[in-house]
Amino acid sequence: MTDSNDDTRTSRRRFLTGAAGLAAAGATGAAHAGNPKNLPPNIAAWSKTLGDGVAVRPYGHPSKFEKNVIRRDVQWLTASRESSVSFTPLHELDGIITPNGLCFERHHSGIAEVDPDDYRLMIHGLVDRPLIFTLDDIKRLPRVNRIYFLECAANTGMEWRGAQLNGCQYTHGMIHTVQYTGVPLKLLLEQAGVKTNGKWLLVEGGDASGLDRSLPLAKALDDCLIAYRQNGEMLRPEQGYPVRLVVPGWQGNMWIKWLRRIEVGDKPWYTREETSKYTDLMENGKARKFTFVMDAKSVITSPSPQVPVKRKGFQVISGLAWSGRGKIKRVDVSLDGGRNWRAARIDGPVLDKCCVRFYAEAEWNGEPWLLQSRAMDETGYTQPSKDALRKIRGVNSIYHNNGIQTWALKANGEVENVEVG
Amino acid sequence: MSKSVSLIVAALLLASPAMAQDKTQVGKSPPRNYGVGQVATPAQIAGWDIDVRPDGVGAPAGKGSVKDGEKIYLEKCAACHGEFGESAGRWPQLAQGKGTLASHDPVKTVGSYFPYLSSVFDYVRRAMPFGDAQSLSNDELYAVVAFVLNLNDIVDDKFVLSKDTWAQVRMPNESGFYDDDREKSEKAFWNSRPCMKDCGPPVKITGHAAVIDVTPEDKTPRKGGVE
Repeated sequence: MTDSNDDTRTSRRRFLTGAAGLAAAGATGAAHAGNPKNLPPNIAAWSKTLGDGVAVRPYGHPSKFEKNVIRRDVQWLTASRESSVSFTPLHELDGIITPNGLCFERHHSGIAEVDPDDYRLMIHGLVDRPLIFTLDDIKRLPRVNRIYFLECAANTGMEWRGAQLNGCQYTHGMIHTVQYTGVPLKLLLEQAGVKTNGKWLLVEGGDASGLDRSLPLAKALDDCLIAYRQNGEMLRPEQGYPVRLVVPGWQGNMWIKWLRRIEVGDKPWYTREETSKYTDLMENGKARKFTFVMDAKSVITSPSPQVPVKRKGFQVISGLAWSGRGKIKRVDVSLDGGRNWRAARIDGPVLDKCCVRFYAEAEWNGEPWLLQSRAMDETGYTQPSKDALRKIRGVNSIYHNNGIQTWALKANGEVENVEVG
Repeated sequence: MSKSVSLIVAALLLASPAMAQDKTQVGKSPPRNYGVGQVATPAQIAGWDIDVRPDGVGAPAGKGSVKDGEKIYLEKCAACHGEFGESAGRWPQLAQGKGTLASHDPVKTVGSYFPYLSSVFDYVRRAMPFGDAQSLSNDELYAVVAFVLNLNDIVDDKFVLSKDTWAQVRMPNESGFYDDDREKSEKAFWNSRPCMKDCGPPVKITGHAAVIDVTPEDKTPRKGGVE
C-alpha cells in the first residue's frame, strides 16, 4: 500500500522526518521572505525568459507552487482504499465552487471506469414502458444547470465524542459544491410513465458495490437530477462518470454514482446502506432511519489548524455554510466560544441547498480566540452546539453531526480543533 | 408537435435568468414523450434486476444450507470477516454484538443490527466477495447467507435458506428502527432568534485534538507565524 497524502511518495515523507525536514522547513521560511533576485528593484527571472507555449499544457493544472492543495485520506479510518474516503482541502479554497479534482471521494469498491459507449441506464418496475437510455439519449434531452452542495452524512462523524482530527479538511472535508448539468429525473421518469402505485425508487450504481438506495418518489419528482457534467466538463470518474444521481440537500450516499438502474416500487427496500449504515443510533439503542436531509451547518475554513495565523493585526475570517432544507439566511461568528456573536458577511450567490461563502473581519493582537460559526437557514433552523446535539442523540450516531465547530487560536498563531464546555 | 416545441421554447425564454435556482419549465411542463430511449426487454431487465426486498420479492430461485455455506465462507469471506464473523482488522464484523447497541461501544453486526434478511442478502448478492462481486451462484449465495445467519444464532445448523424458507427468518433487531423524527424531537433547533450577547458563562476548553494526535501527517503549515 502506498502512502498517498502529499506527493504520493513514501520515501519523501521519510526523508522529511529526518534532519532534512528541518532544512525543508527552513527553505519554506526562506520562500516566504522571497528570493531577493526576483524582488524590486531587481527584475524577476520570469520577466526575462519565455515560458511554456500554448497547448504545452493541453489540460491545465494548478501552479506547481500549489502542490499542497490536494485531497487527503485518514488511513486508519478504513480497511482499504477501495472502500474509503478522501477529503476536500476546504482550508485552501475560497468562494463556493469546488474544483473538480479536489471534490472529496467516497467509494465502496473503487472507481469504476465506465466506457461511455457501453453506458446504459435502465428504468423499470412500476412503469408503463421499461426503458434503456444510452448516454447520447440522456444528452439529447432538455437539460438544466444547478449548483448544489453534496455532503456525506458521516462528515464530522469522528467528532461525536470530542475533538479528534486536527484540520477542517478532516473534520468537515466530506463536502463539495459544483454546478451540475443534467436532466430532471422527473422528465426521465415521464418517458417511462410511473404507474399510480409507484411510491419509491430503487437507485443503483454500476460499480462493483452496486450501491443501492431507496429514494421517495416525491423527492425524485421535486428536484433530483440525472447529471453528467460538473462545472461544465463531464463528471470525473471518481464522481460517477458518466452519470450520477443528484439528490439536492440529502445525504451524499444517495447520490448514486455510475448510475445504472432505477426501479419503481411501492415500498422502500431497506438495503444494507440504509439499515446497517446511514441509520443514526441513539443513546437508547434504537436508531433513526431514512434521515435523508442534511441540516444547516457551517465551518470556518480559515483560520483553521492547517491555516495558522501569520501575523497580528487585521484578519479575515472565512468559512462555508449550507443547509439541505433551503437557502442560508444568516451566518454568525463568535470569537469567544459562543458567548457573543456577530453577523458575518455573506459574499457571492445564495442558492437553494447550496454552500454560501461568509467572511468576518476582526483585529487580532495575540489574545486567545475560540472561533465559531453558526448557520441559520430560511426555515429558521439554527445550527446547534455539539453539546445540544449530544443531549438529544448521545454520541453513537456517527452521522449528521452538524454541531458548531470550535477552533482555538493561540498566541503564536497556531490553531487547534478543540471542544469547549 | 411543432406547436408544443414552440411552446416549450417560449417557456424557456420566459423563465427568469437563473440567479436563484428557480425550478425552470424543464421537467415542470406537461409530460412529453421525447422519443428517446429503447424499450428494455424482459431478458435485459432480468440480468440487472438483482434487488431483494424484506418480503422476499426479488429473491432468486435456488437454495443453500448452513453446512454448504460454511465451506464457501471459509474460502471466500473469512480472510476479512474472520472465521466466526469476528472481523479481521478493520473489516466489518458480522457476528456477535448482541445487547451492545445502547452501550458506548455499540457493535453493529448482521445479528445485532440488520433489520431484515434482505438487507444482508441483497448486499452480498451485489457487492460480495469484495473485489469479486456477483460471482456467487444463487445456491452459493443462499448458502453463505444461511451460514452468516447461523453464526448469529438466527437459524440452526440444519437450516436451508431459499425462497420457501425466507419468511421463517426473523432478525432480532427488526423493531430497532424508527422514522426520522428530527422535526419533532429537535424542534428547539428551529430558533430564528438565537442569543447574540452574553450567552452563558465564559467557556473553557475541555478537549484538544492535538492531544489525541490521530491526525495524519501532512505538509500543511501548522505552526503559527507570530513571535
